[in-house]
Amino acid sequence: MSAKKQSPWLALISILVYFFLYAPIIVLIIFSFNASRTNVVFEGVVNQGPCGPFYWYCELFRNRSVMDATRNTLIIAFTSTVVSTIIGTMAALALQRYDFFGKKVSETTLYFPIVTPEIVMGIGILVFFSAVFGWINTALALAPSQRLTMGLGTVIVSHIAFSIPFVTLVVRARLHGFDDRLEEAAMDLGADEFTTFRKITLPLIAPGVLAGAMLAFTLSLDDFIITFFTTGPGATTLPIYVYGLLRRIVTPELNALSTIWVFVVLIVVAISQWFQRRE
Amino acid sequence: MIQQIRENRRLQGLLLILPAMFVMVMLLVIPLTLTVITSFGQRDADGNVIYTFTLENYWRLLGFTEQGWDDLYLRILLRSLWLAVQTTVIVILMAYPLAYFIARSPEKRRNFLLFLVLVPLWTNFVIRIYAWVMILRSQGVLNSTLGAIAGLLNVPFQPLDLYPSQTAVLIGMVYEFLPFMILPIYTSLEKIEPSLYEAAADLYANAFRTFWRVTVPLSMPGIVAGTILTFIPVIGTFVVSDILGGRQVILVGNLVQRQFLDARNPPFGAAASIILLVMTLVFTLYYTRRFGLREEIAAG
Repeated sequence: MSAKKQSPWLALISILVYFFLYAPIIVLIIFSFNASRTNVVFEGVVNQGPCGPFYWYCELFRNRSVMDATRNTLIIAFTSTVVSTIIGTMAALALQRYDFFGKKVSETTLYFPIVTPEIVMGIGILVFFSAVFGWINTALALAPSQRLTMGLGTVIVSHIAFSIPFVTLVVRARLHGFDDRLEEAAMDLGADEFTTFRKITLPLIAPGVLAGAMLAFTLSLDDFIITFFTTGPGATTLPIYVYGLLRRIVTPELNALSTIWVFVVLIVVAISQWFQRRE
Repeated sequence: MIQQIRENRRLQGLLLILPAMFVMVMLLVIPLTLTVITSFGQRDADGNVIYTFTLENYWRLLGFTEQGWDDLYLRILLRSLWLAVQTTVIVILMAYPLAYFIARSPEKRRNFLLFLVLVPLWTNFVIRIYAWVMILRSQGVLNSTLGAIAGLLNVPFQPLDLYPSQTAVLIGMVYEFLPFMILPIYTSLEKIEPSLYEAAADLYANAFRTFWRVTVPLSMPGIVAGTILTFIPVIGTFVVSDILGGRQVILVGNLVQRQFLDARNPPFGAAASIILLVMTLVFTLYYTRRFGLREEIAAG
């Protein structure tokens, strides 16, 4: 579509929609400097302790549960991103470039999670793990301290499962129009499969793989519903922690957390954009 | 063995897909099968599942109980469906003008305008709902702003009672999913050839007719993709309604969650979850068939 003179009404509506998108974010940031602990009404800028207006930010870093939740969230996001990117990329290569028995079924199965409400998948995984763990715990007559329970492991595995389809989707889009002759040429010139993959295939699909990994990472960071059903003691993530807080008293600490979150993600995106530009 | 793999492309394909299929079978196929089995079961007094075959849970959800007709759960199902429809329609109405505006902006500015749409998505899902609590509650930002304006204009002001309410849930849902509609609509608008507009103008179509007969049909793939991306998560969520609706707004998601975690009746929760899945699949299949765009959906 080409640039044309825009109608002022359209511009006005667009500005209003942008305002709708940003008002909550701005409110979140402003209230992170609130002097009121209950955080219902803005009672002026806090100025307390050595941190002054950044009082709630300092409180946040002293809060053990927040730090634990941050650590858990990052462990889960990194692990599930690495594993789902590898498995998802392999699946994309298989679906896009090979013919094999059961291809149609594999494709349908792989895309099923995308059109399944998260809660259905979360409940299913919960039912599955409680059945399997219950069975193992009884069969081996494990002592209470040794029993298998939901925790980091189950969350990571579930995140891997819901990320794979998205990675496959993104990588496949990139494989569209991939020229097989480049690989054949490499093999003709005496390269073995491994070298061909490393020197030809991987560099060509790398942007797609990277985009898939970024998507998997974002999905994992943001996930609430599936984590909610698969988490256990000691595996609280940030979204789960925030949800827990919302049912009790919310201090401006949570706003400080949100503000830091937005800025960290902005910086990460800016860096990745910068790298893409350099390419 | 290695030699065999090297020469057999079918075998290579199978080996590449194998890990993904293993994960999907373990964490999708088996869990869903178990959910279906559980939904035909009953629970004992302690909340343990007794595996039998009864359709009782489904009948109860549809209103037929042992005590006679009770449409409590049927109303929850319909409410979820209705809320998902409302959200999707409002989101389309808000997203379309903005997507159109971005698509018609100078090329250099488009990426920045799109970037602005994405930034709010990077706060956390739960945090975004909390932001709306701060805005909508009785002493919140909206009421104090409106109160201040009313004070300036010297008109009486009655604080709005929006939180918790069904309206608050609707606002929260619209906010959560708006960017997921803007992006696909923009993508399809951006692909439209400018020459098509010129052709329409040459054929004496006025601006409205051009929009209705050229722009809208060509942006349908974007609307359909955006609808799928909005409708499915909205119909299954329980977080937005939980936080913004208080105890007033119970959706299927809340029902499923409570049966599993509070009421300890997994068979009933499993049946509700399966009905939710069926509703979603019926919607997706009908909707994509109706607009004949299955591949567009598959491509995201």
